[in-house]
Amino acid sequence: MDFGKLIVISIGAVFINNYIFSRFLGICPFVGVSKKLDSATGMGFAVIFVMSLASAVCYALNTYLLVPLKLEFLQTLLFILVIAALVQFVEMVIAKISPSLYTALGIYLPLITTNCAVLGVAVLNVNEKFTFIESLVNGFMGGIGFTMALLLMSGLRERYETADIPKPFQGFPITFVTAASMGLAFMGFAGLSF
Amino acid sequence: MKMMGELTKGFFKENPIFVIMLGMCPTLATSTSMSNAVGMGIAATFVLVCSNILISILRKIIPNTIRIPCYIVVIAAFVTIVDLSMKAWFPELSKSLGIFIPLIVVNCIILGRAEAFAGKNGIIASTLDGIGMGIGFTMALLLLAFIRELTGTGKLFNIVILPENYFNPALIMILPPGAFLVLGSLMALFAWLRLRKEKA
Repeated sequence: MDFGKLIVISIGAVFINNYIFSRFLGICPFVGVSKKLDSATGMGFAVIFVMSLASAVCYALNTYLLVPLKLEFLQTLLFILVIAALVQFVEMVIAKISPSLYTALGIYLPLITTNCAVLGVAVLNVNEKFTFIESLVNGFMGGIGFTMALLLMSGLRERYETADIPKPFQGFPITFVTAASMGLAFMGFAGLSF
Repeated sequence: MKMMGELTKGFFKENPIFVIMLGMCPTLATSTSMSNAVGMGIAATFVLVCSNILISILRKIIPNTIRIPCYIVVIAAFVTIVDLSMKAWFPELSKSLGIFIPLIVVNCIILGRAEAFAGKNGIIASTLDGIGMGIGFTMALLLLAFIRELTGTGKLFNIVILPENYFNPALIMILPPGAFLVLGSLMALFAWLRLRKEKA
């Protein structure tokens, strides 16, 4: 086990190649759910959970089913079905074992199926030829990076509620302009890459 | 006449990017150059039109309760076709669009049109709707790519428009923050135009 590589992957997924600011994955939930801090927290944790699970399951299916059978062209189809089924399954399990967690995450779970960060991480793991542990770490840390961006954004957007913004900029436009300046700050992390 | 409306509503009135605000991720990521934008626009339009046609044909067979998984399978099949053909015939383009080709599956425009239009309307109307929405999406991508490539590199389709001794390219425009900035400013511009029209 190469711990050095795991650390490189983790820092890469959270800061250098942040899923929102540099890979542009998961922009729809990023602008849609970042209005309030507590809903952003719920969405963030749901994404971390599903992204780690999806990385693990998609890795296993790809390595032990698709590659031996030479069916790699079915990747996209299989991955999206697995993610959809996984989200449904997670929703059912959480509803059964922890109703309080379910009420907190409930409405965000179905939205995750169409979050491109989840399918993106599964495809990236295959493209980068990660091992099982590396895929898992990449998925988990990608989720952390996503949540961090979401929380930072929602903190800023709560302040906008009382700010005097020019009318054409209200709503989505100011969110994107803010994301641009946050993206600039995140580009500073590019110096960390090895 | 009504059919023409189905075609043209995607251009401006219900433009998927600027009005309905769907499909943001590929818009931001693939508008770094005009050639990427054209490639992405054509790929997404192809998937959109084909999936609209097939879903519209199958709309009476697909049970209502499992319609979303069925739509996703149809869309994923067409995305796989696009992915493989692009790898075979346009390897350069396929490399620069990268994972955004398989990610057309989760492009909300396509699932959104399947759910909101193709699942309820006839084949001809759905085809026109798909073409219109695809053109609207492509136009929005081209507009973004035009601004970003011109200001970021001084080129269009890799042909130098603004020579470097007169114009110093702002590299930031083709990097991620430029994408957010241009999209945000364009949205504000359209909102301003809309507000002015309402007042008048």
